[in-house]
Amino acid sequence: MQARIYVTPRKGILDPQGRAVEGALKSLGLTGVESVHVGRYIVVELDAPSQAAGEELVRKMCGDLLANPNIEDYRFEVDA
Amino acid sequence: MKWGVVRFPGSLDDFDALHALRDLLDQDAELLWHKDPSLRGAECIVLPGGFSYGDYLRCGAIARFAPIMESVARFAADGGLVIGICNGFQILCEAHLLPGALTRNRSLSFICDWAFVRVENAGTPFTRAAKAREILRLPIKHGEGCYVAPANELAGMEERGQVLLRYVDAEGHESDQANPNGSMHAIAGIANGRFNVFGLMPHPEHAVEKMLGGEDGLKIFRSMVGASA
Repeated sequence: MQARIYVTPRKGILDPQGRAVEGALKSLGLTGVESVHVGRYIVVELDAPSQAAGEELVRKMCGDLLANPNIEDYRFEVDA
Repeated sequence: MKWGVVRFPGSLDDFDALHALRDLLDQDAELLWHKDPSLRGAECIVLPGGFSYGDYLRCGAIARFAPIMESVARFAADGGLVIGICNGFQILCEAHLLPGALTRNRSLSFICDWAFVRVENAGTPFTRAAKAREILRLPIKHGEGCYVAPANELAGMEERGQVLLRYVDAEGHESDQANPNGSMHAIAGIANGRFNVFGLMPHPEHAVEKMLGGEDGLKIFRSMVGASA
């Protein structure tokens, strides 16, 4: 079973990295960029008895370690 | 007074902290290893600066799970004095011993410079050797020092006097320019609500002798000698 976890800067939190990339894209002359946010992509191979158990496990991982709720949001998908 | 300076893999400023405590303040200070949960009878704990665990994932996020941190959390819950400097501050936030978080500097650059900070609350075990509103000149060296916390949390912290140090200019005035990393409310150092846990980005342990460029850092450690929360 594999979990793919996306951690992104929480909305409203200063994201200087995203802003720097946004500026760079615009300086390339690429139009149509409204905003950029840079986060983290984590892949975890899981050994869980069911999809629901896997999701529960990933939720705990995110809450305890993989994301900091003060500054980051996360979402994930789990599949066999 | 017996001090314990915790060494994590990647700690850098542990020896500077020992030097400040032993050689300049005549304290009984020893290194504590992150894997050993024993605090060896320390009455005061220092989490030094550096790059614990290579700053992987987020600064301080992995160090928080070191075996010694459970003891440090218990020690803090019992009212013991804990100071976290730079990476130590990041670890204290990740461990939820202090509110908020430290994020990438607004400039995206690593900053190595002197900074001026104003003592906002001189009635704490960490600042009592300084005068209220006193300006201290301390070095900073960090890439992730931008302090962030929810607005309502910040308001409460300000009201309770938990903001102990704020970035200012040499004259003591707040300005956007005097805020080196973009920290909310120009925060350089905060305490918990019980005032026994203190985290700050500037390095008092690097400013303890004239030949190092200044000795304002001694005021922080001097405050802690003989203090209890």
